[in-house]
Amino acid sequence: MSNNLRINKNNFIDQTVRISFKFNGKKLFGYKGDTLASALLANNIHLVGRSFKYHRPRGIMTCGSEEPNAIVQVGKDPALTDPNVRATEIELYEGLEAFSQNCWPSVNFDIGGINNFLSPLLPAGFYYKTFMWPASFWEKYEFFIRHSAGLGKSPTKPDRDLYDHQYVHCDVLVIGGGISGILSAKLSAEKGLNTMLINDKSYLGGSTIYQDDDIFKINNETSNVWLKNQIEELKKIPNLTIKNRTSVAAFHGYNYLLARENLTDHLSAHERKEKIRQRLLKIRTKKVVIATGAIERPLIFNNNDRPGIILSSSIKKYIDYYGVKTGKNISLFTNNDSAYETAISLNKSGVKVKVIIDIRENSNSILSEKIEKTGIKILRGYTITNTNGYKRVNSIEVMKLSKDGGSIVGNKITYKCDCLGISGGWTPMVHLFTQSGGKLKFRNNDNVFIPDENKTPSEQISVGSSNGDFELDDVINNTVKNIKIFLGLDKNNYENLDIKCSKEKQKRNIWLLPSNKPISKTKPFLDFQNDSTAKDVKLALREGFKSIEHVKRYTTTGMGTDQGKLSNMHALGIVADTTGTNMGELGTTTFRPPYTPLTFGTIVGRNVGEFFDHTRRTAIHDWHVENKAEFENVGQWKRPWYFPRNGETMYQAVQRESKAARESAGILDASTLGKIDLQGEDVSEFLNRIYTNAWSKLAIGKCRYGLMLNEDGMVYDDGVTTRLGENHYIMTTTTGGAANVLSKLEDYLQTEWPELNVYLTTVTDQYSTMSICGPNSKKIVKKIIPSLDLSDEGFPHMSFKNSKINNVNCRIMRISFTGEHSYEINVQSNYAKDVWEKCIEAGKEFNITPYGTETMHLLRAEKGFIITGQDTDGTLTPSDLQMDWIIGKKKYDFIGKRSLYRSDTIREDRKQLVGLLTDDPKEVLEEGAQLVESLEKPIDMLGHVTSSYFSPNLNKSIALAVVRSGKKLNGKKLIVPMENRNIIVTITDAVFYDKENKRLNA
Amino acid sequence: MFIINCPYCGERDQTEFSCGGEAHIERPKQPTELSDDQWAEYLFMRKNIKGIQFERWNHIHGCRKWFNVVRDTSNDKIHAVYKMGERPPIK
Repeated sequence: MSNNLRINKNNFIDQTVRISFKFNGKKLFGYKGDTLASALLANNIHLVGRSFKYHRPRGIMTCGSEEPNAIVQVGKDPALTDPNVRATEIELYEGLEAFSQNCWPSVNFDIGGINNFLSPLLPAGFYYKTFMWPASFWEKYEFFIRHSAGLGKSPTKPDRDLYDHQYVHCDVLVIGGGISGILSAKLSAEKGLNTMLINDKSYLGGSTIYQDDDIFKINNETSNVWLKNQIEELKKIPNLTIKNRTSVAAFHGYNYLLARENLTDHLSAHERKEKIRQRLLKIRTKKVVIATGAIERPLIFNNNDRPGIILSSSIKKYIDYYGVKTGKNISLFTNNDSAYETAISLNKSGVKVKVIIDIRENSNSILSEKIEKTGIKILRGYTITNTNGYKRVNSIEVMKLSKDGGSIVGNKITYKCDCLGISGGWTPMVHLFTQSGGKLKFRNNDNVFIPDENKTPSEQISVGSSNGDFELDDVINNTVKNIKIFLGLDKNNYENLDIKCSKEKQKRNIWLLPSNKPISKTKPFLDFQNDSTAKDVKLALREGFKSIEHVKRYTTTGMGTDQGKLSNMHALGIVADTTGTNMGELGTTTFRPPYTPLTFGTIVGRNVGEFFDHTRRTAIHDWHVENKAEFENVGQWKRPWYFPRNGETMYQAVQRESKAARESAGILDASTLGKIDLQGEDVSEFLNRIYTNAWSKLAIGKCRYGLMLNEDGMVYDDGVTTRLGENHYIMTTTTGGAANVLSKLEDYLQTEWPELNVYLTTVTDQYSTMSICGPNSKKIVKKIIPSLDLSDEGFPHMSFKNSKINNVNCRIMRISFTGEHSYEINVQSNYAKDVWEKCIEAGKEFNITPYGTETMHLLRAEKGFIITGQDTDGTLTPSDLQMDWIIGKKKYDFIGKRSLYRSDTIREDRKQLVGLLTDDPKEVLEEGAQLVESLEKPIDMLGHVTSSYFSPNLNKSIALAVVRSGKKLNGKKLIVPMENRNIIVTITDAVFYDKENKRLNA
Repeated sequence: MFIINCPYCGERDQTEFSCGGEAHIERPKQPTELSDDQWAEYLFMRKNIKGIQFERWNHIHGCRKWFNVVRDTSNDKIHAVYKMGERPPIK
């Protein structure tokens, strides 16, 4: 470890606790309080990755969430490895293992580096322009592009970590733990408001906490000492919650915010055990204070991306906070005063500052005077035209700027250095403000977009640097003044502080600094993560892109995981300069959540595995499990799919079950069908309006099948409704449609027909349904309920009876979805398993066979009964389904009626439901397969297969399909083209079995 | 995500509600007497305004009641909430 890069005295790093970690397999040491980035810099490691496109060596450039280069993969465990993590944000812990991304075979020798020499061939839009043709080659290109472009690797095993969600309600949410956030939180909490302070760092105090210089004083204390005292007081306030290591990801309307709280990412593996890793806070607050600060801008000049080139304020933080020297011979390059603060800090810590290059012609402030006293050389009105050094900057080339700043004059001066600090001014972090709907305004004198106070959504305020105040006195005074109004406060202690600080007097801004070379021969990087340069932006403009949103996408500027935190302002500036537009008119690109990346774990929280969705089980579920059912998911329901015996395949089981149901008896758990209880004197009128057929004359004790349409005339749901009493009906719906049907019915009752006296109650869960079918079903029911009259006269098809099984009340409907003589027994769910077992017991002598959804589907297909959602898809009318018989033509109106004779719905070439038989009766079609008339190209698609089975009862393959003009095509041969053969089919009637319905009364 | 003041339950999170589209589109009393164009007007044509829009909402995970909401679609600000059958309190 190069100890000589650490300064010994430091308040923030605990040098008594040494921490070992690995970077790219090499064992290194740091101290408690370090980030991975500060520990690497202390080990003299700047080179941490390769750039995205040109694979240029890149180093740590910042100290925060805006970091574009130092993006690493953390951890090796295939379940826990974390890609795309910013080294500047990872707190060092014992055993941390991190790897460079986007380089192969190693960061020091990267084969992709050849792209740097090919860069004249890789302009903006290169991929779009080059890999377009021939289209069939895309698969080949894609492999290489994705392979070389990878930013980190996803975990390959399920995440073992725990994540959590928490709802938070507060009066005031303060975002940002810097000086303005601290003052806001303190003022709010002292007023007695329930306040939460969110801070993305592990410590409070922002950059002021390490601002230790006589220039910056508050009430005669240095600003850091004063702030430390404020923080100590703050921590004692009971109605204030401080969330450190927490980052607000999104600010939605109505003051709803999402924040990610990191709970264990800074701990070693054994300290993390059984703790929640990250928590998503879902915050609803009355008021929001945005105090998210500002980030420093880089400067855009030739070769501004070499390792060792770091934001000037970050160099200051590394020396003042972490006690780490980012170099031994540092130069600074700036357009403002803040680099001078860095120079003072470096000088105080004994780091040599060779030269400060300032593009301004003058600078006279307290800061510049102090620098001049130290003897550090300031070159005013100069710029850097080039930097040298491949894996680390080793020298800079400096030339004088012309008066207008558009070109350079004079001779080149070269300075050696091992680190260059750059500062292009400050950008307020307005992301959250704009996410919430706020609009920005442009301040010309220092080129910043700041919140427009007239276009700020209500109940929020921006303060401090995020509101465009960059100097200590402005930050404090304006924060206190505005918070006082925002929270309606009385006089407070912060109103008349004695604040001393330096004031910046001169400003000069040049978005793209000139070089002594033509721009085509330079590499002035804008977006360091996505490798786009100022040249790319200019090229995009030449090629006709005008909108800043288009320029962004074409050049990919600002589209990396850092979302252009460093690059966006310069891209805008260069576009404005090149097109002669005012930046305020140009506007910004859209800021979208999340502000910093979230893990998927945080987003899903506990909703993984069995908690991903609700699971609904019927009251008979345990019996199905005991009897080895295979289950199918139908919506949230677990339904028995088939009941394999002795190692049967699904096909074998279904063939056996289907045959048994027709030859003797089968039993189905139909409890999942939706059941709606309808009561009230207008139910029959209501049914008339919602079903296509007539309901007024349905007698008590009778059942009727109904088809429900949408207002557009398309089939929506179907089911049998039974009249239990004068004003009492029970409706069944499809399993999947139950909730939607109930909502739709409620909608009509509440909004269109409030005059109807109808009450709807869902009883799907309260009642369980078992359906016994087959020629022996009558005998089985007779055994269970000997007293019941089961004669066709006493209990005909489509009728219902109340009865008792032992002492259990039951409703028995004689209805059939298989075409067999069948009974549906409905009992209160608590008794269902018992009644089911009685049916099984009673049916034993008849080989009663439990069957699942697959056999049910097969049996109904033999009869040509549709399943809404399988044979229909929301584009078929009753007539398309050849169900014209169910349309009550005499009825004046019902939902969807008018749509049945729109010009589109009466077309004769609509797709219509038909039956299909394969020429080879053994050939079973695939559901979804296309139907065509000829194979001559271009091939016209006539329709597709909706249901297909091998029928054991007919001993041949059967299918249902929708075919254009299908009604007229009976007997026609069509082709089903498959991958390696063509299947010939014949269109037939959709009813394959027992066309005369003799078996219903068998 | 906004907060809706259900006229039956009070203020609740948007996740409890579902939106039923534009309000005050009455189902024609005599659909059979309408031309295809008139019926299509009822069936398909919606305003989709940027600005003040009158909408139907359902407190689907609450009291299941339908009601009307006046919402500014450009900023989600809700200007009024009123029951089915009531006149809009603002124009």
